[in-house]
Parts: sequence; C-alpha cells; structure tokens
Amino acid sequence: MQILNKDTNIDFLKLRKFAMALSLLLIIGSITSFFTKGLNYGLDFTGGTLIEVGYEQDADIPKIHEQLDGIQIKGAVVQNFGSAKVVQIRMPQQDHIENAKVGDEVLQALRADGAEVTKRDQSFVGPVIGEELKEKGGLAMLVALICIMIYVALRFEWKFSVGSVVALAHDVIIIVGFFSVTAVEFDLTVLAALLAIIGYSLNDTIVVFDRIRENFLRIRKGTSDDIVNTSLNQTLSRTLMTSITTLLVLLALFFYGGQTIHSFAEALIVGVFIGTYSSIYVASPVALLLGVKKEDLMPPEIEKEGEEFDTP
Amino acid sequence: MFVNQPNQQQLPINTYPKWKYVLIIIVLALAFLYAAPNIFGEDPAVQLSGLRDTKITQSQLEQIEQAWEEKGVEPISVKPSSIGEEGVQKVIARFSKPADQLKAREAASDVLNPTLENQNYVTALNLAPATPQWLADIGGAPMKLGLDLRGGIHFLMQVDMEQALKRQQDQLRRDFIDTLTDQEPSIRGRVEPIENGMLLSFRNQEDAERAYKALYQDHANRIELSLEEKGGRPVIRGTLNKQKLQEIRDNAIEQNRLILSTRVNSLGVAEPLIQRQGADRIVVQLPGVQDSALAKQILGATASLEFRLVNHEGDVVAARNGRVPSDSKLFDSEYGPILVYNDVEVSGDHLTNATATFDPQTNEPIVSVRLDSEGGSKMSRTTAENVNNQLAMILKESRPIFDIKDGKRVLVGSKLEERLISAPNINGPFGSRFQITGRFTQAETQDLARKLRSGALIAPTFIVEERTIGATLGEENIEKGVTSVIIGFALVLAFMLLYYKLFGLVANVALSLNLVLIVCVMSLMGATLTLPGIAGIVLTVGMAVDANVLIFERIREELRAGTRPAQAIDKGYAQALSTIADANITTAIAAIILFAIGTGPVKGFAITLFIGILTSMFTAIFVSRGVVNLMYGGRTVKKLSI
Repeated sequence: MQILNKDTNIDFLKLRKFAMALSLLLIIGSITSFFTKGLNYGLDFTGGTLIEVGYEQDADIPKIHEQLDGIQIKGAVVQNFGSAKVVQIRMPQQDHIENAKVGDEVLQALRADGAEVTKRDQSFVGPVIGEELKEKGGLAMLVALICIMIYVALRFEWKFSVGSVVALAHDVIIIVGFFSVTAVEFDLTVLAALLAIIGYSLNDTIVVFDRIRENFLRIRKGTSDDIVNTSLNQTLSRTLMTSITTLLVLLALFFYGGQTIHSFAEALIVGVFIGTYSSIYVASPVALLLGVKKEDLMPPEIEKEGEEFDTP
Repeated sequence: MFVNQPNQQQLPINTYPKWKYVLIIIVLALAFLYAAPNIFGEDPAVQLSGLRDTKITQSQLEQIEQAWEEKGVEPISVKPSSIGEEGVQKVIARFSKPADQLKAREAASDVLNPTLENQNYVTALNLAPATPQWLADIGGAPMKLGLDLRGGIHFLMQVDMEQALKRQQDQLRRDFIDTLTDQEPSIRGRVEPIENGMLLSFRNQEDAERAYKALYQDHANRIELSLEEKGGRPVIRGTLNKQKLQEIRDNAIEQNRLILSTRVNSLGVAEPLIQRQGADRIVVQLPGVQDSALAKQILGATASLEFRLVNHEGDVVAARNGRVPSDSKLFDSEYGPILVYNDVEVSGDHLTNATATFDPQTNEPIVSVRLDSEGGSKMSRTTAENVNNQLAMILKESRPIFDIKDGKRVLVGSKLEERLISAPNINGPFGSRFQITGRFTQAETQDLARKLRSGALIAPTFIVEERTIGATLGEENIEKGVTSVIIGFALVLAFMLLYYKLFGLVANVALSLNLVLIVCVMSLMGATLTLPGIAGIVLTVGMAVDANVLIFERIREELRAGTRPAQAIDKGYAQALSTIADANITTAIAAIILFAIGTGPVKGFAITLFIGILTSMFTAIFVSRGVVNLMYGGRTVKKLSI
C-alpha cells in the first residue's frame, strides 16, 4: 500500500509566500491572544487548592457553590470532571483559611448535609511553587532551543540551524496561542508536551535537512530552490507516515487515556500538525531565505562521496 | 557497523556475522528476563516493623506465626530483613488472599502491641511483588508505581531557612562577645546584626586590631572577617563563610528529614519516600494513605526537649511498685530506673545546637551543646545549685495511637510520650555551653546529638504543595493508561502491516521488542512508572516507528530507481542511518533538558522518553536488520514484500 504516487513532484515552494503570510498571521494572532487574553493556567502555575470529589448521584453544582459560600470560599471554580458524578473544585489562595487546611474544610462543608462524598484527588500548591515553575518552564524551553541550535549548527550549517530554531519557536508560539485562544487548561503536563513537540518537530526538520544536504552534494544541476523542493518531495511520504503513526497513538491517548492526560494529548496532536507543517514550510524556506547554497555544504567529511558516484 | 566495511567483504550481502546474532539474542534474552517480574503481579502482604530502635524478637515472631495458624491464615512466605543482634527490624509476610492479609495484620498487632497505650510496633498493609525467588535473587524486580497510579498523599515541605540562619546569628553574637570579654584586658565594643553575621564597632584602632586577632584565632574556620572603617570608627565585619552557611542549611534539612522519617514510620506506611529536593525542600510521599488531615497532624506534631533534675531523694523501689512521688516521674535509663522531677529547669527552645565532636584533650567522643543567652543564664543558676546531681534530658513527643479493627488501622487518639534520652552528672556549674561526656562511642554521640536537636525546633517546616490521589483514581489512571497503550500500539501495528507488508511485520517485531526493552531498563533502574511516564512510552512507540519508516522509504526509493532488491535493502539501511542518528540525538537533547530542569511528572516523562530513544535505536536498526537479513540474506532476491 502506498499513500502517494510513485514520484510526487509537488511544487511546495510555490506556496512559500502564502505559507509565510499564514505563519505570520498565526504568530501575530497567538502573541496578541497571549498578551491580551493570557493562558488558563492550571493549579501547578497559579497556586491554590484543587479538590476532586465523587458523588453517589449526579452532582448539584449550584448547591456546591452555596455550600462553598457558606464557609466563605472566594473565587471557586466548580465544574464536572469526566462524569456528572465527579466534580472538580478549584480555589485560589484564601485569606481566612490556612492553605493546607482549605481542602479538608471544603470536604467537611460538602458532607455537612449528609451527602456521600468521596475525595478522589486533592492538591494544594503554594504560590512560590507556581512562580518557580513558570520561570523554570521558560528556562527549560530556552535552554532546549539553544542546545538544539548548537547541535544543528555543528552537524549542518548555521543557516539550517537558524531555520530549525525559527521553525521550533514558530511551533511553540502557535501552540501556546492555541491554548490561549481555546482557554484549555495549561498545566505541567502541557508544558511537558510543549517540550516533546520541540523534539518531534525537530525530528521532522532534521530529516528534511539531511536530505537537502545529501541532494546538494549529489545533484549537480538545478537551483537551490529546485533541490529543496526535490528533497521535500522525497521525504514527503516518510513525513506523512510518521505523522500518521504518531497521531494514531496520540488519538488513543486522547480518547482512552483519561482526564489527567487529556490536555497533554491535545497539545501533542496540535503539535504534530504544526510541527509537520513547519518542517516543510518554515524551516527550509528560512534556510533558503538566508541564502543557503551548495558551497555551504561542501563538508570536509567526504566518506560518502565514493558511494554516490556509482549512481549515474 | 551497518555499512559494508572492507573487513566484512568476504560475507555475502545482507548477512550478519554470527557474533551479531549472538549479541542480539543475549540482549533480548536479558530483556525478557528482567522485564518478566512485571507480569507476576503483587501479593497482599503485611509489614511488621519496630518503632525507633525496637526490634522484633525471635519469640515474638514465633508467637505471631502461631497466632496466624490458630486463625487459619497461612503466609506464602515470611521474610525478615535487616537482621540485628537482638532481633529483626522488619518482617514482610506475604499472603494469597487480601482477606488473609487483614486477619494476619490484626493477629500480629495483638501480639506486638498488646495494649493501646504502649505501641512500639507498626503493622502495615503492603503489596509485595510476587517475583519468583530465583528471579529476585538475580536482581529482578518490577517497576515501581508512582503515587498517581497507586493512590496516596504527596507533600512538599519547605524548611524555613531564615529561622535557622537567625538562630545561628544569635549564636554568633554571643560567641563574639565571649571572645572579646575573654581577652586580657577585655575589649569593649558594640555589636549589631548584619546579613549572615555581625558588625562590631570599636572606640579605637588598637582595640579593633586586638579584637580582629582574637576573633580570627577563635572563629577563623567559620567566619569571614574584615577590618574596615565606618563613620570614622574602626569596625569589624564578621560574616558566616560559605561552608558554614551551607552546613547550616544542610543540617536544617537533614534534621527535618530525620524528624519526618520518625513520624512517618509511626504512621505505618508501607513504602514512604522522604527525600530532599533542591536547596530547602523535602518531598514526603505516603502511598496508600488517604486521610490527609491525619497525615498532616502527625507530620506537623512537634517534639520538645526539656532539661530537668533527677530526684535522688525519692524511693525508686517504691516508685517501681507504683508509689511515685507527686513531684516526679519514673523513667527508664540505661543504668536502671530513675526518678526525675516534673519541674522544667530549661526548655529545649533555648537549645541552639548539639553536635557530636571530640574532647580536644582526651580525644574521646563527646556531645557539645549550645544554649541561647536566656537558656544559658537559667542553666548556670540551676547547675550552680545542683553540682553532682544529674541533669535529665527528656524528649516529649505526641504519638498517635492506632487500633486495628477489621484489618483497618484506625486512629483512636494520641498520647504524649516522654522519653529520657540522657542523664549526665553535673560536674560543675556551666552556662550556655557545655559538654556531655561519658564512655561514648562515636555512633552514640551522634545519636544523642540527633535526639537533642530533634527536640529543638531549629528550622520549622511548612507545607507548600500537597496532592492527594484517591485509590480509585489511581486504579482508573493505571487502567486507562494501559488501555491507551494497548490501543495505540495495536493501531500502529495494524497500520504498519498494511502499509509495508512483510517489512511492516519486521518493524512490528522490532517495536514489540522495544516495548519489552523499555520495561526491562526501567525495572533494572528502579525507575518509577507514572502516568506521564506511560504517556512517554506511548509517544516513544509512535516515534520509534519513525526509524523503520525512514529505512523502508529509502528501500522503496532505491527499488523505484531500479536498484536490485538485495542492494536496495543494503543501501536503504546505510543511507537512513545518519538521518536516524541526527533525529534521535536532537530528541535526546530535549529529553535530557526536561529531566535536568523538570520536577515530578515532567521528570517521569523525560526518563521514559530518553530510555525509549536508546532502545528504539537498537531495535529499529540493529534487530530489524537482523530479521531482514535472515529473510533475504545470502540468496538472490527477485522481489521484496514492501
């Protein structure tokens, strides 16, 4: 079975200008949303208390609100979590109750009328921890990008290195933008997903770059644009295959993995699409824009040359 | 290794030398062997252990086993661990049914803790891996499950370092004043606190220089000194040096960790984790515990230390028969029972430090104790009037009392427990500094110092993060995690088979072996499997296929270009190699950074991702080539099923 015809010859670069405009639009949109609307940070980042409780019958959310008001809990968010019988209550820092006690007091209030309430999950995160996490998360992202840039610069050439990092930054910004626009909760697992996407998108980009490098050395005729286009076509079926298999697994996680890794899977699914797109339409065009050409890639390592010559 | 190298040219195309097959078989055999413990599951078990230094004696063990026999419960195995001279510290007994486990716990508790008031042993329900003995003997053990998969409570405690430093600063002030007044003639000056130290100002340069010399002589090992001028007056800036600051922090953390460990032990948790995290935090994980209020109450309970006098006038023999004088209490000491007055001479709040050290003259191990100035003046009054009496040091701790009902451990109350930890003789009057000597071994002085410190709240802790995962949620998580792995895995296998036919099958074999290898490596490393970890495995499965996809697409390209099948295989593998390596190394970089910077769930994800990258390189390249070589190697191939 094959998805693509034997020899695809799509002129990817013809759409380059359109793609760049699209990417720019998405990036501007993401940044605007991030600064105006912000992210729906999870407990890990905001600090506060989260308690997940299970009822025997369907939970009565307005009543829970009343019960919470009764003990002067402010700013509580009450929502069903996975099922009508399970409720998640999120509360910011409370002034009048000691942080470590909030969860127990809430549970007492909910049980006051004799309802069967089981505690499924309870978390409390201090404000310092949340701040630290934001800092560390940002730092992790930055360090990862720098290390990857250095590696690619060493293995390929600085123009490729810039191309790959621009593509990665593009992916991260758009996914953060996605979380901002959709207001899906941004928690620690989403942060992990973002870092995983860096790995995944990079994987894609490297495969394409590898082929471009090979073709620059092998194909004597043609402009840089032609060679990049040929390389994109040659790797296209692999790019699609890997995206499909990864997506299959992610869909399994999304539908069967349970609430806890729901947003993790969601971030990665979006990431696979964006990452695949960016390795075709962002990484290579940026390298071309910087004027990458055959001479840049005449490496001192010529061990492969002998092999290449016997294909006429 | 994967390209036809000149020295291998005598071998026909697409054949591996024998040693490569041997290597693959050995690695895979080991992988299956060490992944195996994960399929045996766990047995319900009862864990018996003594609180503090209490040992379980042989006769107690025999009594317990007899009690079990009477109740008709038969353990699969009874394994004592850490055998000491007087008995064993811990016993794990495994049972076949959970009902037996509950009965056994109740029976064991009746033998070990006959009265509710006097509980010196903890009985905990546990799940012991049912790994066969021979497998356990060669180091086989299943992966540990994280709290999110088994339920329990997670606390992150912050140690208040400012408090610890402030205490040391007070100490420094007194030490400086002592040094200056000890000089002949004594030096006068003013002392004021500055960050991490003290600023001393003097009337004239001569005083300042003498003071500098004296301070340097006494405190050079922990203080950085500098002679300066401020507002026309000579001043000395004395601050704690880096090593000392580090030592203060380490001590504060270590002390709290030890205190928490003792308390957690009394909770009767099967496999608690109490671990330092970063500069000033401690992680406490209590698997299986659901009652967070109770856990907090016990973790937060403070111990206190009291210095009291020994009552030599009271009748010890009468006291042993129940006639204790009203102003005293009877304690057990290593020299037999003694009576101690109830009045507190100096409370442990005044203790600033207690360290195990050596007498500079005799070189014997001693404990050196420091009190703050208020404690020091109280102590000098007490000791001046009571030379040759004994100073009793008593540690008061509130201990929970549990009862076992229907196999469940229920908190029925708490009891303030007083323990005599030492009662040295007062050889002469002393104040804020004194030494406890005796025929101690070094280990004994360390233990004594530790006990004294545990009664002084050197650095308080507070909870900065708390997570309770209900047992049902844990089960749900594990069930869903496993389901999604199976479904995702099956989808990928089906798709690969459809798309690449026989070669797809090869990739599937490689993928399955990869999963076994990941489980094997994680089990051997003793890594903890968490839900994000499962996600990491799932993601690795998706990405591990990539290596094979790259290879197979190359082979297809070669075939399309008209290359003969055998050569196409060879070239496909050779040319995809550098791409695969580059792609995996960059992902590995991301995984390493995640591990280095992340905590908790992020770390779990990073570990599995990293292991997955390594193992997938092995299976997707080396093993899959081996299988392909077996199918197509050493003969003329007309057509490939790809």
